[in-house]
This record gives sequence, structure tokens and C-alpha cells, in this order.
Amino acid sequence: MKSEFIRGATANIPMAASVAAYGSVLGVLAGQKGLGWPDLMLMNSAVFAGSAQFVMVDMWNHPLPIVEMALAVLVINLRYLLIGASLEPLFSGRSLLCKIAMMHLVADENWAVTMAEGRRGKASVAFLFGGGVTIYLSWSCGTLAGMLGGGFIAHPEAYALDFAFTAVFTALAVGLWQGRKDLYPWLMAGGLSLLTHHYLAGKWYIVAGGLAGALTAMLGPSDAPALKEEANVSSY
Amino acid sequence: MFPAIKPQVALAIGLAALVTYALRLGGLLLASRFPRAGRFRKGMDVLPGALLFSLVLPSIVTEGAWGVVAGGLTALTVLRTRNPLLAMLVGMLVIFTVRKLGR
Repeated sequence: MKSEFIRGATANIPMAASVAAYGSVLGVLAGQKGLGWPDLMLMNSAVFAGSAQFVMVDMWNHPLPIVEMALAVLVINLRYLLIGASLEPLFSGRSLLCKIAMMHLVADENWAVTMAEGRRGKASVAFLFGGGVTIYLSWSCGTLAGMLGGGFIAHPEAYALDFAFTAVFTALAVGLWQGRKDLYPWLMAGGLSLLTHHYLAGKWYIVAGGLAGALTAMLGPSDAPALKEEANVSSY
Repeated sequence: MFPAIKPQVALAIGLAALVTYALRLGGLLLASRFPRAGRFRKGMDVLPGALLFSLVLPSIVTEGAWGVVAGGLTALTVLRTRNPLLAMLVGMLVIFTVRKLGR
């Protein structure tokens, strides 16, 4: 149990470095929007979702659009419904209390690392949680460093810091590629996300693309069960 | 002294936190009601990757041709090295260079 925690915590260290890097970008942006460090830490601890926090800081104007913000967070975080569902086999047989306690520190990164580990049959709840703690610590350090040191960086775009988030999530997406059976679903997902992004304001393109991909896979030809391809990237 | 958090800020963050946590736990608790095989399962298997791909693609395309180059090199780097930090730096380096040269 304890060693599983340590194993999860250390397996996420390569992830943690990039999390801290794009966290520092969020810290800089948050500082420019007038958030204080207690606000930022409250957000890191209570929300703990990178993409949603970027959107919240983006929407941070006075008076705070509280309801619109919550709706945007709902849309962008709808994927956690599926992320949560995908963890069900890992949690099978665990108590409700365990689930309630462990699900908060589930982020894209430690989830992706745990899923990759699971494909090799070595994942566990403690592994997931250990990764969550690593990600939480690096996320907090990165965002705080960005906010407190952000005065030195007048134009974060000039250093491509705004692209850090996109690059990290591109790397994460590649890690989830399951092989050729993903081709058409991903093409449909990409196409619809671009269309939605172009024609609809807000963050709907994420869910629209994701659902398009899932529907494509569902409606696709029911291939023989033998067609089970190995994941391209099984580990980080 | 610990600077105070305004009630409005606490409310905004609290609501966002509640929504996010409800989705995390809700997904896990509802999963046992989802079918474990068949077409639904196939959709669920594809969904996480499709979601993340949909999350990044518009940002990459908005960046123009060099954005696509940066995204492609990021993907290639993570495939080759399995190091997401290195992949991120490669992508950022492309964008940094392009902006520095004023393209």
C-alpha cells in the first residue's frame, strides 16, 4: 500500500515537471488578473483542474461572472465524468468512503499515467493517489512561482509560455492513442472540434469533439474481437 | 498576515470546485451502471483520447502552420522519447523561435 503510493508518486515526476511549467504560466496570468496567492491556492486545492483553472482566470473580471464560470467549468470538465468512469475497474471492491476520499486528486496527468500502468496490469488506487499528490504539489509550486515571479515576465506570449498548456496536452493525447482503431474517431473528433471552435463561442468544442469521436467508435463496424491493438505509448 | 479571500471569490471557486468534484465522483459511481461490453464500451474506450485531442487541436490550428509543426514535433518527441517534459519544450521552442523571428 505504502510502496504503491511511492511508486505512483515517483512515476508522475516527469509529468510533474511539465505540470509545474504550465502552472507557472497560469500563475503569471492570474497575477495579471489581480488574483492574490490565497485565491490561487484555494483554487488549486479546491478545483484542482488545470484546463478549467485556465478558463476561470481567463473569465476573471469584476464583477465575477460566477454562474457563467461554473457553467464553463462544467463543460470543460465533463471529461472527468468519463475519466471517473474509466477508473471503476481500479476501484472495484473499495468502500464508498475510499472512493469519496480518493477521487478529488484525480487530474488528467496522474490518471493518464495510471491508465498506462493499468495496461501492464500494475495500477492500484494508492498508485493513482500517489500520483495525485505529486501533481498537486508541482501544480501548486508552479502556479505560485509564476504568480510571485511573474513581475519579471511582462509578455508571457513572447516566450511561448501560452503554448505550454497546448503542448503538454498534446503529449498527453498521444499517450492515449490506442492504435489504428482510433483513426476515424480521432479524425471525426478533430474535425468537429475545429468546426465548433469556429462557429460557437465558449468551450463547447471540447465536448463536441470528444462525443463525436465516441459516437464514431460506437457506430463503426463491429470488428472481430481479435483486432486488439497494442497501445503505441504504454508508459511514460 | 494572511490576506483575506473575498466572499465573491470564495463563492466562484467553491461552485467551480463543487461542479468538478461532482463530475469526478459521479463518473466513478455511475460507471457500474454503464454497459461493460459492446458498442457503448467501444465509445467509452475512445473518448478520453478524443476529448484531449479536441481540446488541443483548435489551439494548434489557431497558431497557424507553425502551430501544426509545433504540435507534430511535440507528438513525435513523446512517441520517441516518452518524455512529456521534453516534448513540451520542443513544441514551445518552435513557437518561441517563430515569434522571435516575427513570423
